[in-house]
Amino acid sequence: MASGNGKSNTRLMKGNEALAEAALRAGMQAYFGYPITPQTEVMEYLSIQAPNYPGVVILQAESEIAAINMVHGASGVGARVMISSSSPGISLMQECLSYMASAQLPAVIVNVQRGGPGLGTIQPSQADYFQAVKGGGHGDYHLIVLAPSSVQEMVDFIFDAFRLTEKYRNPAMILADGALGQMMEKVTLPVAGSLPKTNAPWATIGKPNSRERNIITSLFIQPERMEKLNLVLQEKYNQLQKEVRWEEYQTEDAEIVLVAFGLTSRICDKTMNLAREKGLKVGLLRPITLYPFPTNALAKLAKHAKVFLTVEMNAGQMVEDVRLAINGKCPVHFYGRMGGMIPSPEEVLIKVESIAKEFQTAHA
Amino acid sequence: MNMSMTQEIIIAGFGGQGVLSMGQIIAYAAMEGKKEVSWMPSYGPEMRGGTANCTVIVSDSRISSPIITKFDTAIVLNQPSIEKFENAVKPGGILIYEKSTILRPPSRKDIEVLAIPGLEEAQKLKSKQVANMILLGAFLEMRPIVKLEHVISALHSVLPPHRQHLIPLNEQALARGKELAIQVATEMVVR
Repeated sequence: MASGNGKSNTRLMKGNEALAEAALRAGMQAYFGYPITPQTEVMEYLSIQAPNYPGVVILQAESEIAAINMVHGASGVGARVMISSSSPGISLMQECLSYMASAQLPAVIVNVQRGGPGLGTIQPSQADYFQAVKGGGHGDYHLIVLAPSSVQEMVDFIFDAFRLTEKYRNPAMILADGALGQMMEKVTLPVAGSLPKTNAPWATIGKPNSRERNIITSLFIQPERMEKLNLVLQEKYNQLQKEVRWEEYQTEDAEIVLVAFGLTSRICDKTMNLAREKGLKVGLLRPITLYPFPTNALAKLAKHAKVFLTVEMNAGQMVEDVRLAINGKCPVHFYGRMGGMIPSPEEVLIKVESIAKEFQTAHA
Repeated sequence: MNMSMTQEIIIAGFGGQGVLSMGQIIAYAAMEGKKEVSWMPSYGPEMRGGTANCTVIVSDSRISSPIITKFDTAIVLNQPSIEKFENAVKPGGILIYEKSTILRPPSRKDIEVLAIPGLEEAQKLKSKQVANMILLGAFLEMRPIVKLEHVISALHSVLPPHRQHLIPLNEQALARGKELAIQVATEMVVR
């Protein structure tokens, strides 16, 4: 369904297809998955393209659990590997993601979220925020989490995610949603081969005389050794903080700062402009990385802003991270829709206006 | 183009009426014309046997929210969608609908309403599949936001190889739609 000249680097593409094309251009060597709406086009697109990429493994596994364990295996031999699914499928993968974080294996995991909990709906949602940024599986670990807000970023973040996952040897997640997967926008595709291949020093592909044997495991029976690994992981998450990314719009004079990620940040962009037309000083901070979270950027804004409003397609999961960053300096409000419903810019504006009225009365 | 243009469009009808592909053709043609563009389909439960719709935004500047609730233009191909979207057209906007499938026509007076007999005219062209292209032609006559040549090259991109021979027929349908829009709009003024 992707339109446009096959050779051109600027095309009109669906988010799911653009992401799949980007993965091929980023030198992905293996993909494992299992179909689930709203992201099945990823595997569909890869299957159609597979003949043009001899040597690249594209496989539909018998389940999400099998697929993520295949990812574990492929990463273990040093392959650049990706998996994609949607919320219920991602839940099934959590055990293995914990294993991979512990074994320090890189992989890119794409979650094109749909409404939950449970099997839920097939409509867009951001209700897997906690699962993505707080760990998801058991144990003290984090995923690196990137939240795209356009089809172009579905492409760009694939490259960023592969770069980060290999640099830090930690699984990286692209946290998208059904709307970003299904919508079409203009994209400029990067040149194939522009991402250098890692030499995968962890890979278990035979032991040369020059080094000790590589062991891939997440089982360390002695607590002393397990704690040592935990310290290594914690130091890695410390180092990761320098990879934090965010965007700010019109925050310089903002009294009300909207905080939103992914699709919701674009909805809030429009709300901000509607509010500015009405003379309200509204700005927007959009976290691009959800882990690491732009804590310092928010803390800085809290010095001159009056109030924050977090907007999400969930029941307010990011609010606690925003509140930790603001640290009591300003009130943090929330507006959200759940279960696959998308807030409109106009309904967010109603919330903004009611907050504006509140603090104008308070300061009168 | 004198000032910054943004056109927000909803296209709605039954699945199979070519609603999603109409939107794609506009989006692709707009991209050919170096404009910013976003195409958002409904992919939810309503698609299973019910109505399908897509929103298309074409703009000279960066598009913020791809989620919109008010439209400059609605192109409507079935009755349920008239009921759903008539009130979502901005004042001064335009509502184009397929004459043969709408039993209760829209009643708003603050928008332009055009009843286009797309299906009837398509049958005259011996292909009822091009009814959507007749409506698209009518829209482009009223709001020439993309060039016809870009629409034609969009067809080359959107149609699968075994349908490429239908491009001249689609061109005819677009031209017929443009004529009908002029005719219907003139009748409205006379009346």
